[in-house]
Amino acid sequence: MAVCIAVIAKENYPLYIRSVPTQNELKFHYTVHTSLDVVEEKISAVGKSLGDQRELYLGLLYPTEDYKVYGYVTNSKVKFVIVVDSSNTSLRDNEIRSMFRKLHNSFTDVMCNPFHTPGNPIQSKAFDEVVSGMLAQST
Amino acid sequence: SNKPLSSLQSRNTKVAVVLIQRKTPMPPGEDLVASERAAAICHACDLSGKSLFVLPHTDHLVGYIIRLENAFYEHAQTYYYNEIRRVKSHKEFLNKTTHQLLFVRHQFKIAFFSELKQDTQNALKHYRTAYSLVHELRAHESNMLEIKTLAGFINYKVCRLCFLHNTPLDAISQFRKHIDLCKKKIGSAELAFEHAAWMAKQFQSFGELFDDAIKLGLAAIQTQNPGFYYQQAAYYSQERKRLALQLSQVNFILGGLDYYGQRPWRQGHQSIDPPDQDKEKKGILALQINEKDVPHSELIITLLSNAVAQFKKYKCPRMKSHLMVQMGEEYYHAQDYAKALKLLDYVMCDYRAERWCGIQTAILTTALHCAYLMASVKDYIIFCMELLGRASTLKKEQKLRIEQNLIQVLKNKIPDAEPQCDQVSAQAGRSLWNECMTSGGSNEFIIDVQDYIPFIQCKAKFRSPSFHVDEVIQLQVLVRADCPNPVSFTKLAVTLSNQEYNKWCVLETSSQECKTLLPGKTKCYNFSFVAKTKDVGKKIEMTGIEVMLGSSSGRCVFLRWRGAGGDAATTREFLQSNKSSSWPDTEEDLDWESMTILQNTMIMSRVPKISVQLSHQPPALSNEMYCIHCTVQSLEEGVAKDVKLTAGLKPGQDANLSQTTRVTLDNSKACDDTTPSLLPDILLGNLKPGKKLEKCVYVSSLTTGPRLFLFHIAYSIDLSVDGQQILCKCQKDEMITIETLVPFEVSANFLSTKFEPLEQVAVDLPFLMLTEIRSSSPWPLLLASTSLQNIGITNTQHHKYQIQDVILRKDECASECLCLRCPSLADNNNDVATGQYVILWRRHSSSPDSPLISTTVTLPHASLERVPLYIHADIPPFGRVRESLPVCFHIENRTALVQEVQISVEPSESFMFSGLKQVHIRILPGSKQQMLYNYYPLIAGYQTLPQLSISVDRCTTKAYNLRRFLPHRIFVKPQGKEVDNDSIAAA
Repeated sequence: MAVCIAVIAKENYPLYIRSVPTQNELKFHYTVHTSLDVVEEKISAVGKSLGDQRELYLGLLYPTEDYKVYGYVTNSKVKFVIVVDSSNTSLRDNEIRSMFRKLHNSFTDVMCNPFHTPGNPIQSKAFDEVVSGMLAQST
Repeated sequence: SNKPLSSLQSRNTKVAVVLIQRKTPMPPGEDLVASERAAAICHACDLSGKSLFVLPHTDHLVGYIIRLENAFYEHAQTYYYNEIRRVKSHKEFLNKTTHQLLFVRHQFKIAFFSELKQDTQNALKHYRTAYSLVHELRAHESNMLEIKTLAGFINYKVCRLCFLHNTPLDAISQFRKHIDLCKKKIGSAELAFEHAAWMAKQFQSFGELFDDAIKLGLAAIQTQNPGFYYQQAAYYSQERKRLALQLSQVNFILGGLDYYGQRPWRQGHQSIDPPDQDKEKKGILALQINEKDVPHSELIITLLSNAVAQFKKYKCPRMKSHLMVQMGEEYYHAQDYAKALKLLDYVMCDYRAERWCGIQTAILTTALHCAYLMASVKDYIIFCMELLGRASTLKKEQKLRIEQNLIQVLKNKIPDAEPQCDQVSAQAGRSLWNECMTSGGSNEFIIDVQDYIPFIQCKAKFRSPSFHVDEVIQLQVLVRADCPNPVSFTKLAVTLSNQEYNKWCVLETSSQECKTLLPGKTKCYNFSFVAKTKDVGKKIEMTGIEVMLGSSSGRCVFLRWRGAGGDAATTREFLQSNKSSSWPDTEEDLDWESMTILQNTMIMSRVPKISVQLSHQPPALSNEMYCIHCTVQSLEEGVAKDVKLTAGLKPGQDANLSQTTRVTLDNSKACDDTTPSLLPDILLGNLKPGKKLEKCVYVSSLTTGPRLFLFHIAYSIDLSVDGQQILCKCQKDEMITIETLVPFEVSANFLSTKFEPLEQVAVDLPFLMLTEIRSSSPWPLLLASTSLQNIGITNTQHHKYQIQDVILRKDECASECLCLRCPSLADNNNDVATGQYVILWRRHSSSPDSPLISTTVTLPHASLERVPLYIHADIPPFGRVRESLPVCFHIENRTALVQEVQISVEPSESFMFSGLKQVHIRILPGSKQQMLYNYYPLIAGYQTLPQLSISVDRCTTKAYNLRRFLPHRIFVKPQGKEVDNDSIAAA
């Protein structure tokens, strides 16, 4: 389904980025990085109006010619970004949401690991598997 | 002549004539000559009367022009209306199979005429129809570009009109549809670049339309702004460039084209296959050759910079950075390395700050290419160092190669070209490096590390946040290398805020092992020095750390860390962290991540080795000279020189306290207002080891309450610290709070001579004053003496004061009774100040020679009473049964009038008496009368005397009691045996 999945720290540095191996990895780094502009804008806009009653799912961040970029922000301001191929029109909003939920659950598990230092890049087999599950279906 | 007219003949034109007239025209119909002439012109030119206009060139020119414009406008409207009808009339003769192309043409024409007619709604409708008809055309390789070009034009028109109608969403969706329909229509593979160019053009044009609409007031948003279209245009331009580079190098010139893209051999040709296969091939070649000359990079950079400007406007800093990277890369491809480097350098900070290492490494790699090809030595060194650093995602073999190159540069040699460089540029780069070496520029490079993430990391800390001046200051520098091979440095130096110490913090040994950093291992260097005494109370701060790489014979690079280390990737929290990590003793203990830095240390004065003891007996009593005994004992090993004591009230308390507190060293003199509350710098001389100095300080507090007293000892001592002689100043403060209490309470009462309390004191009559001193001091007091210092009242006798050297314990009282008389005063005051009561006292425990303290109490005022008639009796102190008791009454007239007095004696059972029983006497003013009686007591014991009944004729109203002056009772002794009278009286 997805072509790239990224987890970004509160301070906006990457904790985890994986993309479909056939493609140019650097390009996805740029795509995810630039999407943070929209994420930040959305967070600040929501912060003004609703306060803590915040929807974590940010929806479609911005469409490029080739990809659709979706965003999700946890309450601790950790961001999840999923990049989907534009040609994949069958994907519904609900499916994206459930992908983010799965990702969030797995991320929470990583954080619960006492051997993981928060703020360090994610190195977890379980998390890798969840991400692979989301990436693999594209091929 | 008729030439223009004839050439317009088939164009369905109309001719209008405008006459420009200098004179103001007359009202219509009045100028008959003019009408005739106009008719003549119309006839001559075959013109209808409606097509002749006059434009007077007078004051109201603008008004006339507007009228003329409206007239023309009408004509134009009619013309276009007719044209549209004419085109529509053709439509009936068309059918879709044979006239497919004309369908598009007709719709476009109608739309275009409508646009000219300013009927934009209809124009849009027909353009839309035209657009859908274009896509119905049969498309094949040879006409693909033509169809797309046409579709592009129509799409442009549709989008422009949508923006004009303020329906930007329609414009965007039309454009999306347009792109989706055409994206895949690449056409001939040999001319794929044409498709890319066309795509780029579509995006660029739409971006411009969008931008124009924004300039006219349309609001764009972050995720939908012209920047995205420029960006996409740039992307297709890059694609175009990529395709163009793939074209094989051909040298072939095809002449005879009227304009670009025209293929005369195809004119009027309808079938799918080209009419002339050979010509077609040559045409393709010609287009390819033409493409080779296109300045692709320039086009791309322009589009990118347009996009950058847009994203900057719509708050997309990261998108902007991304595009700037692309611009930099494009400049690199265009071999404009200086510009490329400038752009890359600019955006690198952002990626570095946000810690996107992958991107950062990619940018650095490009930048390193630029630096190599420009032979920019300093940049080359910086980029190498960052690519070797911990934020680099390069593989080990690449790092090894880069490190090798860096070592070459440090040896003043030429590094190897980067592997991706093409041969020609690499050669050019090499010759630049050669030039650079021969020109002999500076071979010293200073690099401020906090802007980068170099491959050597550095952290420094003082061992403690503060040092006493007699301690050796220790600091530690931790250095770590992240590169794959061991690296050696030549020098390590720490600079401090006070530069005098810098010489102690330099590492310049010849030992190579000491200065070699192993990959991933931390080295620890310790420095120590002794602080100057003048820096006591100041902070010493590390201002920088410098590591020198290379040698002065080759090239040398100074890596400079600001403060106590840390580079662009060190988190700020870490730098500000206050928790001090342990001070590792061996390098094995080091955990690099957990090591914090400590940039400052405080130099504190030496801890004094003396004891100060204060002995005193609290609480203090007000006014007393309270003695505080201060003992200073030296625990030093050397002589404490110039010992000084500052003693007294601690400054900074309530201002009233300093006015009511006096401190002196001399207890023989009483304090006065000039006595200070603090004695500064009392010289005590030198103090040998183990010896004591003593000093008594006297404190006199005028008011009660607690006070904080300061005893400050300062001295200096010669010391040797780490072989250095220093003169240390030491000081010690002792503080005590002393409570001041009132020593005693004094009260005074007035009594009559009969010991009855008096409310008023009679003028010129004796009365008694009873004073009472009640001690409230916890310490026994010695009341040495008392005295009256009076103003209004005289002492009747020169009697002694009864309180003499009395010792009072707590809550004990001392009383004294004084007989006083208030003299008659000239004025008629009803009140008299009785004066002051002065008590001289001291603590009983204090030494006999210590001075007495004089406490003065103001006595209460007495209210006065004037007595007109005064009577008093001379009577013995006691009587004896059946012995005569002579009594003499004195009656005194104190008024200025003659007083008539009736006196009678009332009988008593206890006494017989002789004398006048009833008498009427007259007393002259100011004179006295005496009346003698002889009383004869009959019964022993306390007996009531026979009462005198006195009535004063003049003073009936006053009727006051004269009896109060007379004794009421007397003690009558029984008739005893023959005993000596004196002994009885004594008993």
